[in-house]
Amino acid sequence: MPAPDQSRELKFRDPARARALAEALRRTLDAVGRELTVMHVCGSHEQAIARFGLRTLIPQGLRLLMGPGCPVCVTDAPEVDLALSLAREGVHLCTYGDMLRLPGTSRSLSDAKAEGARVEVVYSVSQALELAERRPDEDVCFFASGFETTAVATAAAALGTPPKNFSVLSVHKYVPAAMEVVAAARERRIDGYLAAGHAAIITGFALFEPFAKRTKSPVAVAGFEPLDILAALLKVTELVRDQRPEVANVYPRCVTREGNGPAQRALWQVFLARGGRWRGLGEVPGGNLELTPAFAHLDARRRFGLPTSAGREEGREAEATGCLCGPIMLGLASPSDCPLFGKTCLPESPVGACMVSSEGQCRIWHTYGGPPDLREVG
Amino acid sequence: MCLGVPGKVVAIDGLSATVDFFGVKRELRLDIVDEPVLVGDYVLNHVGFAIRRIPPGEAEETLALFDELLHGTRSPDDLMAADVRGEIAAGREKD
Repeated sequence: MPAPDQSRELKFRDPARARALAEALRRTLDAVGRELTVMHVCGSHEQAIARFGLRTLIPQGLRLLMGPGCPVCVTDAPEVDLALSLAREGVHLCTYGDMLRLPGTSRSLSDAKAEGARVEVVYSVSQALELAERRPDEDVCFFASGFETTAVATAAAALGTPPKNFSVLSVHKYVPAAMEVVAAARERRIDGYLAAGHAAIITGFALFEPFAKRTKSPVAVAGFEPLDILAALLKVTELVRDQRPEVANVYPRCVTREGNGPAQRALWQVFLARGGRWRGLGEVPGGNLELTPAFAHLDARRRFGLPTSAGREEGREAEATGCLCGPIMLGLASPSDCPLFGKTCLPESPVGACMVSSEGQCRIWHTYGGPPDLREVG
Repeated sequence: MCLGVPGKVVAIDGLSATVDFFGVKRELRLDIVDEPVLVGDYVLNHVGFAIRRIPPGEAEETLALFDELLHGTRSPDDLMAADVRGEIAAGREKD
């Protein structure tokens, strides 16, 4: 149970400090003299922003967008189709929970499971390894989703001594590559970025320095508490004001310049970054984490003769449904712009990927609400 | 998924540690933690793997926050609390 003096401990949620930060943010933005757009790339950031109503606290001239920060949402439909084809062949699939209801081109793993396919939800790759050890006569495949932080766990599993009947279907994604795509988009200029604290625990904050310099946009590494996020927004705004496209570590209690060396070594020993399609974003150079040749024996694509990149008819699903997940993940639209949001697209019956995962922006806005429309409340 | 959850290491066996999360003991892998971990240390859990050893003073603050997140809300669809519960569950339950 919470300690009686817990409120004293909750200094990362102190309303007085939050108001002071918001006031400093307003003053700094006034000094910049124009509207700014800041993008974060993490579903956990969006959860905190929406849950604590931070968009009501920040000045109107600061637009805070969510970019491609939901690993489930950016898993492409043909990648789900690959997992479905394995399930059809009798392979025992293990995957993280939100992946189950993610739509493929026409079906989800949840549909396949309902029809008798063996699909297990696991919280950790360790559980998939244990299943493979318990069932030596079955092919057990870990359908591995998640960004680089999660890919590190898959890498550790590969570097152990996995049983022969265990394989990996990697759909791991590398976020820094998607930030390049967003920065290059001509439709909208992003003035600064918040980088996700826990990804930076692994990669270190120095990783973002070339990006900040090249795009002339400062980056602040942020934790997940309301004050972490407000402080990072203030820091980014100050760096814009001072025309310093640098990286600021606003999460020093967890993140270092160099990051977690053993985890980085494991990641790049097992995976290499290749170009590939992300749902909603299209081609992302260096965005997909594939197994290196040294780990080809674990690669389900190779073991089961799956195509390395599945084809599909361009944009067909999106057109058919009117779903705005793509523009939403690029920061070009909000969930409230989508005609399906909250009507035909709901958490219990999602149409688009952003409503499926607890880290998707549509799901988060549906749970907590987006920015309030003051005309509606009078 | 980004909410690495801190727990206290109560036993270590090779690359596997028994870690106490809010009174629930789970097994975590130590393959990729950033520095050597001893019994009594706090570590951040991400999908069943310790990704960082956190200094004790910082752990206390973070623990209080997670306590509030887990117990201070009654809403069944609190996504942040659900993610924290998932993170805690990511370690296999100790037999």
